[in-house]
Amino acid sequence: MLTTALVAVPPWVFIGLAALATYRIGGRKIGLLTLFGLLFLWNLRLWQATVETLVLVSLSTITALVIGIPVGIWFALSRRAWRTFSPILDMMQTLPSFVYLIPALPFFGLGAVSACFATIVFSVPPVIRLTALGIRNVPTELVEASDAFGGSTTQKLFKVQLPLALPTIMAGVNQTMMLALSMVVIAAMIGAGGLGRAVWQSIQRLEAGAGFEAGIGIVILAVILDRSTQALAARARPHGAA
Amino acid sequence: MSRIVLEGISKIFGSKQVEGVELIRQGKRKAEIAAACGAVVGLCDISFDIVEGEILTLMGLSGSGKSTLLRCMNRLVEPSCGRIMVGDVDVTRLGRKDLLAFRQKTFGMVFQHFALLPNRTILSNVGFGLELKNVPAARWNEAAMQAIELVGLKGWEAKYPHELSGGMQQRAGLARALAADAEVLLMDEAFSALDPLIRRDMQSELRDLQQKLKKTIVFVSHDLDEAVALGGRIVLMKDGEVVQIGQPEEIVARPATEYVARFVEHIDRAAVMRAGQVADRSAPVLQPTLTVAEARIRIAGEGGDAWLVADDDRRFVGCLLAARLAAARPSETVASLLEASGEAVAAESRLDALLARVAAEGCVAVVDPDGRLIGGVGSRDVVRALAAHSAESQAGDHPETSILQQTAGAERWTGASRNFPSTRSATKASTGSPTMALG
Repeated sequence: MLTTALVAVPPWVFIGLAALATYRIGGRKIGLLTLFGLLFLWNLRLWQATVETLVLVSLSTITALVIGIPVGIWFALSRRAWRTFSPILDMMQTLPSFVYLIPALPFFGLGAVSACFATIVFSVPPVIRLTALGIRNVPTELVEASDAFGGSTTQKLFKVQLPLALPTIMAGVNQTMMLALSMVVIAAMIGAGGLGRAVWQSIQRLEAGAGFEAGIGIVILAVILDRSTQALAARARPHGAA
Repeated sequence: MSRIVLEGISKIFGSKQVEGVELIRQGKRKAEIAAACGAVVGLCDISFDIVEGEILTLMGLSGSGKSTLLRCMNRLVEPSCGRIMVGDVDVTRLGRKDLLAFRQKTFGMVFQHFALLPNRTILSNVGFGLELKNVPAARWNEAAMQAIELVGLKGWEAKYPHELSGGMQQRAGLARALAADAEVLLMDEAFSALDPLIRRDMQSELRDLQQKLKKTIVFVSHDLDEAVALGGRIVLMKDGEVVQIGQPEEIVARPATEYVARFVEHIDRAAVMRAGQVADRSAPVLQPTLTVAEARIRIAGEGGDAWLVADDDRRFVGCLLAARLAAARPSETVASLLEASGEAVAAESRLDALLARVAAEGCVAVVDPDGRLIGGVGSRDVVRALAAHSAESQAGDHPETSILQQTAGAERWTGASRNFPSTRSATKASTGSPTMALG
């Protein structure tokens, strides 16, 4: 699986590449943060767990985006869809996250798949909401300009609405990723591996020290992911809009 | 082929379309319809023509329906009933696909807040209309560059909209509409967001462009001075109806209703009135062959700084200053005393363009297109024309009657507007004829 492949990569290569990538996205500060943060986790002998968590979070986030962005576009364009499904989004966000573990178990059993499923359900609402919001907030005049020059619905979407909504959509991506990360420990309860499991085990065994280490690991990952997605969002912001 | 004909256009907002249209057909008006069934009337049975190549200004206060009417023309707003012909095409009957194609071909639009895409350069913004037409990039780039040069933005094409001032952004907006090479430009309060100086520049540039390119322009504005500066006909709207259509000088001279009269009350008359309206037609005209003695008899009892001299054919020859006439010997002829500088102006010149000359020369001759003398504009005529304004506002409640009761000067210039191609009064246009196609 992907995790084994990534674990097989020597940690120093992985860390080097990750630092380079974040440097390119967000500049020197974020690059250095990534470099030292990951080196620290390697040093704590949490490397395997870190990679597992990273894979879980990225897979869930990507799936959530693949589902969430098109649904968000649909909600933005159809008032009726928005009115019908908005309460469902509210419910998804207000239910305690543990609840999502229950339907996942009978279908997928214990393990990473169930964990992924629960994470996706929990983390998809922000990207849907923010995609819809971003598209709806494109100034009417700009949408009208596309219409007035004879742009079709598709042209309007891809040339006007999506580019202008991109910063908001990227904020949604960031939020979704953070929610996915917040599910890491909870997902460990139904058999997901990674840093979450380390925390969960140390709670059960009352090993405060090990739990603290894994906890710090999650925080470091969270900061790296948050900073680099925010840097991406800032890049998506059109010139001039502050 | 871009003559636009509007026939019985109405727009009802909200769900009560059928009831609203039915009530409009019965001749009910906005307030009555709102009381009868609660429907909000945006436009009420509007019919008029837009001539190819003219600048037509839709005027009115906010909420009068002018922007809605503009958007009905390219169906950004769907009219509830009525017909819009552009050339031979009935826009209201086009299907979705044809409508998009027709918009691409026929309409360019300029927006109040520019509506430039912030993530694109000026060049790519200007080429936007062509890009939507799927014109190859190389060709739209070239057309966009031409349009950018035309509006005087050369050198800025690689910048982003936020790097430009408001006036320049609107030039880009105008260039976008020009690059699409549409036949009709729809301009929605295009200059309202600009500061006054830039605004005036843009108005005169738009006029120059229009003369060069011969586009039909429909301009929405709430500013009467702007409408006057653009120089075309004005369609005055109120509560979704057309109140009066005509040249600015006509509307100022003969307001159709009290509302129009109040609307035009504060206009700069010197900018609206034409030389032909102001010219004194009854003032004596001297022949160059007369002697000074004969001339003095002819003008006895009349006051003035200068006299006009024309031949028997009423062709203008020159001006004779009163001071010079007084100083001359009786046996001299008028011809020998003429001022060399005096040149006649055309009847349609604006009054404010003459003021300096009237002040300097005492009297400026006004001629018709054939070169025949209509009359002279002296300082007294100017004062009379401008004073008609205050006479009107003093008359107060009944401007229609006050015009009839006005001084000799005012009668003269209302009479003079017979010279101008008559545009039909809107009271006629908006009550509508029963034969009008509805729906």
